[in-house]
Amino acid sequence: MTSALSNALPRRGSAGPAAERGAAKNPARPRIGDAAAGLRRTGAIGWILVAAGAAWLSVAAVSLGLPEDGDFPYTAVFAQGAAALGGLLILAGLVRTRLGRPGARLGHWGPWLLVLGLGLIAWELVTAKYALLPMPFFPPPQAILEVFLEDWPKLGGSILASLKLLAGGYVLGALAGFGLGVAVGWSRRAGYWVHPVLRFVGPLPATAWLPLAFFVFPSSWSASTFLVALATGFPVTVLTWSGIAAANRSYYDVARTLGASQSFLIRKVAIPAALPHVFVGLFMGLGASFAVLVVAEMLGVKSGLGWYLQWAQGWAAYANMYAALIAMALMCSSLITLLFRLRDRVLSWQKGLVQW
Amino acid sequence: MVAAPLAPVTPRGAALDIRTVSHAFRIKGAPLPVLDRIDLTIEPGAFVALLGPSGCGKSTLLRLAAGLEPPDAGRLDLDGAAIAGPDPSRLLVFQDPTLYPWRTVRGNVSLGLEARGLLRHNRHRVDAALERVGLSGFAEAYPHQLSGGMAQRTALARALVNDPRLLLLDEPLGKLDALTRLTLQGELVRLWQETGLTAILVTHDVEEALVLAQRVIVLSDRPARIRADIANDAPYPRHRDDPDLIRRRREILAILGHDA
Repeated sequence: MTSALSNALPRRGSAGPAAERGAAKNPARPRIGDAAAGLRRTGAIGWILVAAGAAWLSVAAVSLGLPEDGDFPYTAVFAQGAAALGGLLILAGLVRTRLGRPGARLGHWGPWLLVLGLGLIAWELVTAKYALLPMPFFPPPQAILEVFLEDWPKLGGSILASLKLLAGGYVLGALAGFGLGVAVGWSRRAGYWVHPVLRFVGPLPATAWLPLAFFVFPSSWSASTFLVALATGFPVTVLTWSGIAAANRSYYDVARTLGASQSFLIRKVAIPAALPHVFVGLFMGLGASFAVLVVAEMLGVKSGLGWYLQWAQGWAAYANMYAALIAMALMCSSLITLLFRLRDRVLSWQKGLVQW
Repeated sequence: MVAAPLAPVTPRGAALDIRTVSHAFRIKGAPLPVLDRIDLTIEPGAFVALLGPSGCGKSTLLRLAAGLEPPDAGRLDLDGAAIAGPDPSRLLVFQDPTLYPWRTVRGNVSLGLEARGLLRHNRHRVDAALERVGLSGFAEAYPHQLSGGMAQRTALARALVNDPRLLLLDEPLGKLDALTRLTLQGELVRLWQETGLTAILVTHDVEEALVLAQRVIVLSDRPARIRADIANDAPYPRHRDDPDLIRRRREILAILGHDA
């Protein structure tokens, strides 16, 4: 992910006023493999968008036109939605040059929209239309749409419950991990006592604590919060610590000669120097916390997306399961995006950050 | 190099007395001597160059003077008082500018005042220091946006803003390209003349030592001993093609074992 992407997207605070940029050594890097720019240059009509629109219209035609193998009440709604999107895409393709930046952005996603449309046609054909895939396990898209439209109170409630549990555990784990990492990185004595524990216990998957946590803690909710915090805390601790240990020794020499106190050295030198590492830890911790969250919800907590998944599987409601998976993917990737946005803001002084 | 003449902020540089200082590194427990009975008195306001082969212990002497490490033997006095630890009156500028990448130029220059809780009432000193090194227009730039010369100027401003009485320059121009180096040599002389502080420059460039300093101390290979103490009192600005300078250069190179 990479330089192509990070060049294509503007970054906040990447350069000062224009006059400064001229003198400073940060010339615009060449854009390598900027697919979007290439597509944007092809002409007045966005053929890729027109093609994508045609694909989505075909999705509608296939859904409505062919007889179904099964009973799917939302086929018409699905077809209408696909047709509306297809129409809009064709329209957007025709007047693309007048749409400005949103048009360019849409053009960037044209190939994806086309492939998604074609994929939906194939999906529709092998499920609802010809039942080539075993039925209860592989529902057609309209069945999943049905879940979103009919079961959204329960699904939405599960998302909220998951978010609540995750937020509590993650914030707790991140703060504890950060504090512990700073202590271990800074103080020899803290390092002496914490390091062996961290080495011995840290690599243990947080989920292994699950049976113990569920009877030690007063509620399954507090047990799960603890487990999520544990999963988050380990990588955050290790990376905060290594960030502080990896800070340039001269940074400390400079601050010491300038009259810095111990607390100034920690707050204004060690911690800022460690922040890029800390964010890697926060990122890894977030990934680990998702895993623990889902397992905890499946095994103990009676709410949340993990529980919804388990419940759907128990009732052989596979469409609900796919819907919950999609909701979970959206939730997790949104949280990661949020974390990367925060990092971009906090670490705007760094150059060449990976764009998410 | 034309800058508005600013009134000297520091009234006067300090005197540094180095009394039979010896020092050794410990590498896997075995001592590796780097300084051998160095005796040196530097008058207030002098510009002295320490010249010697690389790895001879020049930088170690500066670290001892900065108070970053205590010497194994001997003592260092600043104006008669023993140097016991780091202090903003004695500041080091390294070969690497070691700017904090997360702070703007202004933030880096403010560092010493901020660390001592003096920033609130002394913001004008930061602006003055930036102006002194010609970086007023770059106050809000981040280090990664600066050229090597600009970064080193920022490091100089970060030291000067604290009104040091002794400026320890550890090959500050060593990593710069030849032209930037010439420019900054001129600026160093100007800053030294304007501020009246005592400056000690570590370098392995004979010409640089002769163009900048009033006195050139030639050190031996490790463990460093003083081989020669050469007065160099030609008026500033000095020219590299001055026959007198060329003669001294040859003389020093001969001491260092390069008779060519």
